[in-house]
Amino acid sequence: MLRKIRTAAAVLAITLVTLLFLDFTGTMTRWFGFMAKVQFLPAVLAFNTAVVVGLLLVTLLFGRIYCSVICPLGILQDTVSWISAKRKGKKARFSYSQEKRNLRYGVLLVFVLLVVAGFTQIALFIAPYSAFGRIAESLLAPIWAFGNNVLAGIAEHFNSYAFYETSVWAKSLIVPVTAIVTLATVGVLAWKNGRTWCNTICPVGTVLGFVSQYAIFRPVIDEKACKNCGLCARKCKASAIDFKNGKVDTSRCVACFDCIDACNAKAISFKNRLTQQKQGKTVNNAQQAVKDETVDTSRRSFLIGTGLLAAGLAKAQKDKKVDGGLATILNKKVPVRETPILPAGSFSAKHFAQHCTGCQLCVANCPNGVLRPSSDLGTLMQPHLEYDRGYCRPECTKCSEVCPAGAIKPITPAEKSSIQIGHAVWVKKNCIVLTDNVECGNCARHCPNGAIQMVPSDPANPESHKIPAINTERCIGCGACENLCPSRPFSAIYVEGHEVHKEI
Amino acid sequence: MSEKENPINRREFLKTAGAAAVATSAVLSACNSNEQQQSYKTTIPEPPTDKMTYRTNPKTGDKISLLGFGMMRLPIEGGGSGRENPDSPIDQDMVNKQVDYAIGHGVNLFDTSPAYCQGRSEKSTGIALHRYPRDKYFVSTKLSNFNPATWSLESGKEMFNNSLKELQIDYVDFLLLHAIGGTSERPNAQGINEQLDSKQTLYARYIDNGLLDWLVGQQKQGKIKNLGFSYHGDIKMFDLLLQWHDEGKYHWDFVLIELNYLDWKHASEINPRNTNAEYLYTELEKRGIPSLIMEPLLGGRLAKVPDFIFKKMKSRDPEHSIASWAMRYAGSPKGVLSVLSGMTYLENVKDNINTYAPLKPVSEEEKQFLEEVADDIVGLNTIPCNDCKYCMPCPYGIDIPAIFVHYNKCINEGNMAQSSQHPEYEKQRRAFLVGYDRSVPRLRQASHCVGCHQCEWHCPQKIKIAEELQKVDKYVEALKQGKL
Repeated sequence: MLRKIRTAAAVLAITLVTLLFLDFTGTMTRWFGFMAKVQFLPAVLAFNTAVVVGLLLVTLLFGRIYCSVICPLGILQDTVSWISAKRKGKKARFSYSQEKRNLRYGVLLVFVLLVVAGFTQIALFIAPYSAFGRIAESLLAPIWAFGNNVLAGIAEHFNSYAFYETSVWAKSLIVPVTAIVTLATVGVLAWKNGRTWCNTICPVGTVLGFVSQYAIFRPVIDEKACKNCGLCARKCKASAIDFKNGKVDTSRCVACFDCIDACNAKAISFKNRLTQQKQGKTVNNAQQAVKDETVDTSRRSFLIGTGLLAAGLAKAQKDKKVDGGLATILNKKVPVRETPILPAGSFSAKHFAQHCTGCQLCVANCPNGVLRPSSDLGTLMQPHLEYDRGYCRPECTKCSEVCPAGAIKPITPAEKSSIQIGHAVWVKKNCIVLTDNVECGNCARHCPNGAIQMVPSDPANPESHKIPAINTERCIGCGACENLCPSRPFSAIYVEGHEVHKEI
Repeated sequence: MSEKENPINRREFLKTAGAAAVATSAVLSACNSNEQQQSYKTTIPEPPTDKMTYRTNPKTGDKISLLGFGMMRLPIEGGGSGRENPDSPIDQDMVNKQVDYAIGHGVNLFDTSPAYCQGRSEKSTGIALHRYPRDKYFVSTKLSNFNPATWSLESGKEMFNNSLKELQIDYVDFLLLHAIGGTSERPNAQGINEQLDSKQTLYARYIDNGLLDWLVGQQKQGKIKNLGFSYHGDIKMFDLLLQWHDEGKYHWDFVLIELNYLDWKHASEINPRNTNAEYLYTELEKRGIPSLIMEPLLGGRLAKVPDFIFKKMKSRDPEHSIASWAMRYAGSPKGVLSVLSGMTYLENVKDNINTYAPLKPVSEEEKQFLEEVADDIVGLNTIPCNDCKYCMPCPYGIDIPAIFVHYNKCINEGNMAQSSQHPEYEKQRRAFLVGYDRSVPRLRQASHCVGCHQCEWHCPQKIKIAEELQKVDKYVEALKQGKL
């Protein structure tokens, strides 16, 4: 029974979290955005005390339920493991192994040091929720969007507005590569041994495992009833049941309840250790340096990953349609910016770098195609803004609503209109007013803050064509001017980011 | 016993019933034995082949069919017309089929131009018509020297001679100076575009280079049977050319004007730079110059009317098409020689032939009714774009007509959200925005208009395109930002 509830909850959770990344209409995040906010590491980075304390209390009460029904990467591993069992036809395929304590705490220590020292962008590679986010955003979302576009085509055929087309494009190279490597590593480990990742590498698993050693409710083996058949141990994906000694390692147990379900003798139950202490014994086992069963999958998976990626890129290339009677439009190129542009609500480059886990939820939810992951080593996979496909529209505060890690704090559209994330710069040599000798003013027409005035290009001749003059005191750096500038491929007006945002 | 009798009774009953049914259908289909069957088969009745209305050309005595076939929207392979898809080949088989059908139903005037279908219309028209004896059809084509590079006498001669060659004929029945009254742009010595007003344009194209005089010479040689002009834009040029006619300087055998129930009285109301058809037609009639009519359906706008107008028109006459009202209106004035209609689909051809075989002129009372309809349409504030695409291509890649067509469609379908408080607001907003992205790719939308006004020289409707695009863009912004 407990196992069934766990499975149902897990299926629901992973579906909802995945949909947060897939749904580009903003509907899912409105209702289920909390699914991202209750993730442990983002909550820690966001100083979301209520969530952190809540999760720790739940763990102290019931063990690592978090790992079984909230963490999407954990549920993903269970899914892979379940398929593996089906394929192999072996329902009970695990065996007890000793805890790799040094490895676990060593990785955790390095992770914490990196985060504290401000190198979140390196630490985030093994952060479970953001690892899952990168998989969902860069590998699943394009498939989803493609399916949607097929439906949109059908809807258009029937003159229905139920679906609309969305653009599918490769936002970066590093995120899909990382996602494929992560998926391959975690997938192979789960295929072979269940929850190896969670009990060796995952920093959240280690923290929660430390707490769950003291969990009140836990699986307890009734030694009298136990027939020593070992079925529970073979069903334990965490390899945490030492049936010979009648012990369950609760630091590694992810509270999946498979063992309880499996035991024919009804010898295992989920019990309150304070009242049941006499009956059973659950002690943490001592450490022994055991030869690591390291899996040399990383190289192989990297190779597979690069192969898949090359195929993906080849597809993205033929995105163009030919339409006669219309002038061809060159694609915009991203200008070289001295300072990257970060979304309003992120305060400063420093704050952002320290909090962002690179989960890509904001990237997946940006309706204007503005946010995309950085390939810069210092801010790897953390998003920044580019205006070649759209601009940061005045009515939208989506990224600040969805960010679970507090890297982008919630803001209202009104607040956004006065947060200066950058300022526009005019590039004289590109401006069509001078190069094509025409009237324009499209930048001024679309500036939501009225920060651009059109002034005569020749001060001596008030009738001469007008060129833009930017009032940087009023400019907020939204990029409307850069995006809508007719000069292509490089705009004649572009935005320089600000390292520290300010209010105007 | 009763069992034996029954079958006989039933058989006899069936016989009687059958005979009655045959008799009834024979009575019903007295005029046309196929009529009843066909009314179940097609929505458009098959038009008669021998009832076409003809008008006599006062100069030559030729009988010209009231319906003239416009070869501007020729079908292409794969559907659609050759103007939207310049890269697809023209469906010559379909062109032949339509021409055969038209000729078979009494149409004898075919109108083309070197500019139509990116220059492919004359050739296609020639192929289709060459299969008939030369005295079975009349051809009208134009001297469409829009490009300043073709303003020399030599280029003009070349264009005319090329028309003869493409059309595979040795004389043209109707030759037109194309789009008199338009303005233009020409690069000066420094390569900077300078703007020419309508008079400068007229002189540069036809007068200063001696081209018009040369054409008059061609007419004397019999290579042109009727010489005239088509008029769009500045009324001063229309008046000037008629003044020349009055003075005997030049003689116009006909003039091609825009006439429909919207333009009759409302053209100047929609756009102060346009002139009402009433004036144009009356001026021509006074002088006994026959009119050829273009835009009887305003680029299809008078066939695709808003829902409430559709209901109004169908309530009066459920039998006939919406387009037939406009076609009847355009064909009714006595001085109209022929009404040119661009037809892409065989259904259009059939419908128009039905209207003119024979023409039932609009009554005074019907004119009143169409006047009301015109008032309704003007009151909608649609943008008077006929999707003629003369403005294209926009150098900045904007799909101008597609934007206007979408905007007008939303007005016509009642999807223009006026306020966020409206109960239909969400539905209207979605229809407008989703439909906008579907009809016009993002990069070709109104937000990218720089306001260079280069398109406006070419618009026969004299729409202030940049201003209208910015109006559409402002509306889109208001919808997106939720500021209605």
